[in-house]
Amino acid sequence: MPAPERKMSDKNGKPTLAVWKFASCDGCQLTLLDLEDELLAITGEVDISDFREATSAVVDGPYDVSLVEGSITTPHDAERIQEIRRQSGALITIGACATSGGIQALRNFADVSEFTRIVYASPEYISTLETSTPIADHVQVDFELRGCPIDKHQLVELVTATLVGRKPRIPTTSVCTECKLRGNLCVMVAHGTPCLGPVTQAGCKALCPAYNRGCFGCFGPMESPNTASLVPLLKRLGRSDTDVERLFSTFNANSEPFKEAAGRNG
Amino acid sequence: MAKRRTIVTDYLARVEGEGAMTVKLDGDTVEHVELRIFEPPRFFEAFLRGRSFMEAPDITARICGICPVAYQTSAVNALESLCGVEVPEPIRMLRRLLYCGEWIESHALHVYMLHAPDFLGYESAIELAQVAPAAVERGLALKRIGNDVMTLVGGREIHPINVRVGGFYRTPSKRELRTLVEPLERAREAALETVRWTAGMEFPERTVECDLVALQWPDEYAIERGRVVSSAGLDLAPAEYEEHFEELHVERSNALQSQLRGGGTYLTGPLARYTLGHDRLSAGAREAAKEAGLGPECRDPFRSIVVRSVELVHACEESLRIIEDYEEPDAPFVPVEPVAGTGYGVSEAPRGLLYHRYRIDADGTILEAKIVPPTSQNQLAIEDDLRDVVARNTKLDDEALRRLCEQTIRNYDPCISCATHFLDLQIER
Repeated sequence: MPAPERKMSDKNGKPTLAVWKFASCDGCQLTLLDLEDELLAITGEVDISDFREATSAVVDGPYDVSLVEGSITTPHDAERIQEIRRQSGALITIGACATSGGIQALRNFADVSEFTRIVYASPEYISTLETSTPIADHVQVDFELRGCPIDKHQLVELVTATLVGRKPRIPTTSVCTECKLRGNLCVMVAHGTPCLGPVTQAGCKALCPAYNRGCFGCFGPMESPNTASLVPLLKRLGRSDTDVERLFSTFNANSEPFKEAAGRNG
Repeated sequence: MAKRRTIVTDYLARVEGEGAMTVKLDGDTVEHVELRIFEPPRFFEAFLRGRSFMEAPDITARICGICPVAYQTSAVNALESLCGVEVPEPIRMLRRLLYCGEWIESHALHVYMLHAPDFLGYESAIELAQVAPAAVERGLALKRIGNDVMTLVGGREIHPINVRVGGFYRTPSKRELRTLVEPLERAREAALETVRWTAGMEFPERTVECDLVALQWPDEYAIERGRVVSSAGLDLAPAEYEEHFEELHVERSNALQSQLRGGGTYLTGPLARYTLGHDRLSAGAREAAKEAGLGPECRDPFRSIVVRSVELVHACEESLRIIEDYEEPDAPFVPVEPVAGTGYGVSEAPRGLLYHRYRIDADGTILEAKIVPPTSQNQLAIEDDLRDVVARNTKLDDEALRRLCEQTIRNYDPCISCATHFLDLQIER
């Protein structure tokens, strides 16, 4: 991952950080505020220039690092991300919405005008795009941090690595690897519980299997997901086509491997 | 001489989600007040159709990263009542404990990081930490303990993975829960200190007159279950909610706004809960409220920061009580077989009443879903309050008035991510 080409440190000599929101639940930016033990240390090293959830103070760009949460779903947001890209040294997407379109990307496979009619009495008031798309469909992204929500330790690692200009240590293996590291019993082998662990990127520390449930894919597809093997196995465990489609159609439904596994064409 | 002015905040800070405010004044006359929600719609109620009823807690959690447990709880309440399942008492108490964790996390976030800077004249808690590091550190420690409760019971603090229709995937041992006792005792002390700290802030005298609506339960400060009661005397089962409340769709908002059926503004959240249920608070919370000068009712939105602090004390004491009494359940969940029909569920999110309704078929497929978040219900009350605050403060200059208007909105801890399916601050004069 490229480091910012030049440090645009502010008047205090500290690098600057901005946090931006698009269509999302706010959970990934909340992760930054959930770093209770580290937050004041971080704000000692980095100047937060624009982070509306946390502060009314706004400093104009450019910014050394921009963290972007949420997906692009309106014409206005499609323009706003362009300006954020121009103002940013490193642009990092945080979470499944920004990285794959989020659960709101289920509209991509449906009729949006029908969706609008279901939720709103006066659909003519609503301005929205036909699709929910990841940030990388619109601008160049320097790093995509996975998860619904992201993992706070991965966030600290990524921001730290970006600021010092080194490669972040973010694993791209599967949840299975983390299950072995954690010493979990395999819920699929031992209990026949459907699990997306073999095709899902690590990062959650195999949380669901540790709680006796199958992985449901919060971190999206791993580097080389063998969904072609997993789908028949899920069916042998008694899952119907509809069950399989649902399993792959959640927070990363718009990612190519999961779209294909759900039986959707392109 | 009458002077027209427009005061605008085009992106409200220190709230969850994307909203804006416009106030238009002609001299001392308030012409227009608007809280505009431009957070883009995400269509949850539409894509829930066709999903399994078992997926509802995981999917609806994603409406809001700040109060996912509220969504999970209202969803399981609706679906379990429809399917004729009542979870065993230890499971219900674990759900209440998880919910207390969310109240502690969300209230500590709002009191210390979003709201207190308004009273003390700072832009953020980060700036506040430069002059009052001990206070901000106390807030962060408190928030962290809320997150620790959610992590132990729910698996993680944002979008917990352990809640299922019928119970949990895994229930903690007594020993695991006991690790929370010492941190929660510290949290209770921090919460008591929070009440003293917020009670010492300066408050303009305000009273809102609208109906107050909250959940109620005979012997508990209602959180994870209850009947819907109001200051005007309503007392409803969750299934009767829509007979008395309706949602409107207005042009300025991507959120629907609720009102009493046939017209009438009402308010949910801490002020309503306290006024309708303060006698059911824990002993320490009642005592703290008394010391803070709160009477049997509180209709002052600025003092909501004190009420949230009192609720922090309650949530800590209630958590300690639940852990003390906890007996491990025989099984982590009760199997739930789908039943065709319509189910209704309510719970008290940190910022107010959250209503869910689902219609499912005999296979458990969701045919229809309806979700009414607290901020949609509070939006008209917020705008009414804003109009009155502006009318009483027309002598203020634009900047002072804009700040006061923003604070008026933050008094309600609006969660715009929830409401969209919801707000822009401009003041025009």
